[in-house]
Amino acid sequence: MGNVVLRVENLNVKLNGEGVLIDLSFNVHEGEILAILGPNGAGKTTLLKVFLGVIPFEGVVKWEKRVNIGYVPQRLPFIKDVPLNVKEFFQLKNVSESETKKILRLIGLEDEFLWKKVGDLSSGQFQRILIGWALASDPNVLLFDEPLAGVDIGGQESVYTLLERLKVDKNLTVLFVTHELSIVYRLADKVLCLNKRMFCTGAPKEKLTPKAISNLYASPVKFYQHKHKQGETP
Amino acid sequence: MSQFLLSLLSGMFIGGAAGYLGSLMLPKRMSLTAGPLGHLALPGIALALIYGFNISLGAFPFVILGITLIWVFERRTKLPPEALTAVVFATGVAVAFFFLPIEQAETALVGDILSIQFNDAVSSIVLCVLTFFIVGKIYSKMTLINISEDLAKSQKINVGKYNLVYLMLIALIVALGVKVVGGLLTAAIVAIPAVTSRNLAKSLTQYKFLSLSFGILSSTSGIFLSQLTSLPAGPLIIVSSAFMFLISMIFKR
Repeated sequence: MGNVVLRVENLNVKLNGEGVLIDLSFNVHEGEILAILGPNGAGKTTLLKVFLGVIPFEGVVKWEKRVNIGYVPQRLPFIKDVPLNVKEFFQLKNVSESETKKILRLIGLEDEFLWKKVGDLSSGQFQRILIGWALASDPNVLLFDEPLAGVDIGGQESVYTLLERLKVDKNLTVLFVTHELSIVYRLADKVLCLNKRMFCTGAPKEKLTPKAISNLYASPVKFYQHKHKQGETP
Repeated sequence: MSQFLLSLLSGMFIGGAAGYLGSLMLPKRMSLTAGPLGHLALPGIALALIYGFNISLGAFPFVILGITLIWVFERRTKLPPEALTAVVFATGVAVAFFFLPIEQAETALVGDILSIQFNDAVSSIVLCVLTFFIVGKIYSKMTLINISEDLAKSQKINVGKYNLVYLMLIALIVALGVKVVGGLLTAAIVAIPAVTSRNLAKSLTQYKFLSLSFGILSSTSGIFLSQLTSLPAGPLIIVSSAFMFLISMIFKR
């Protein structure tokens, strides 16, 4: 196992006074592919935003110094409002045309895609473009929000293949959040079950027992029991 | 320099700068914001007309005041900004009508670029060139912010700073725009060139260039038509612009 690239200790995030993430502690090692699994509203995207440093939190979130993060967002609904071709999309990040061509080859798309409008791409092609965009600054950590959400069945296989190849080719550390079990089994070395709190962590095949899954997905939201003094209205 | 040429040049520069900035406002769903901001400027325009100073100078502080008020109210009340915009801009129009000299109402409401003074024209052109330059500087980063603020933040872009510069530019363009199309029609000079070029553009480069060009073209044709028909230039600029939009629908990709 490689060095620790991310250390999280006693992480708490509150939104409008309510705990969205409660007391999370875990480490991520170099080269690891960590899936953060949980139902809708479990705080997965919030956790990603903490990793990106765009929302306030309490506790420790410490990245190793050499870490360069590439972020692959879930969907970009507004991108269709801008008449942008693929080359121009990469230019927003100051990536040259020749560099963009290299990335296109890496993600399995031909050079002609440079001139395609981003809004005209299929869901699978668009997802690969987003991955390529994140890879453009040569990151060693990749953060993913729902790698397969909104990607049609035909495109899913191409995204899987790409991610599996990246895992072999570039010793990338990958953190992704998802609510889909299949992708966790297929890609992840380690899983972190999240529903505001941590429910389980470890190798997917060992930890994702039917019982653990039903716990994670079926458990009703638990409320704290507040003890009230007698005579006080609850 | 003849009065006509002076008006034409100022109109072209203001129209072009508004079209260019408007191309950034369309993806942010902010095209309509220029409307209320123009209405808000009316008390300032009225003061400028009464005391005989540059109407952009009158308009600018009121636009800034309006933006600040909406921002403060939003933070305080958590009400949706468009509702607060309605409160603030309607108040602006109401207040303006208490003291707007009625014989100059047309200038205030739909603009009067044909009687622009020399100094006024020069300063407008300089400010337009400045706007053009700054918009060009922030274009890539603003486009990324428009697509996704989180993605922009992941690129270490200071989103707050860029949004502030962008809002100041909108305020400036509104203040300049009221000279050409008055307090009522400012939304149109930023919105229409951008939607027209959206219909035609295959890339961001084309989109920017076409927005700028349609801005210039509609000002030019409006001002020429005004000479021919002796109707006011402001509304003619908007109608020309809308006509170009209709034509672009035929070629829509």
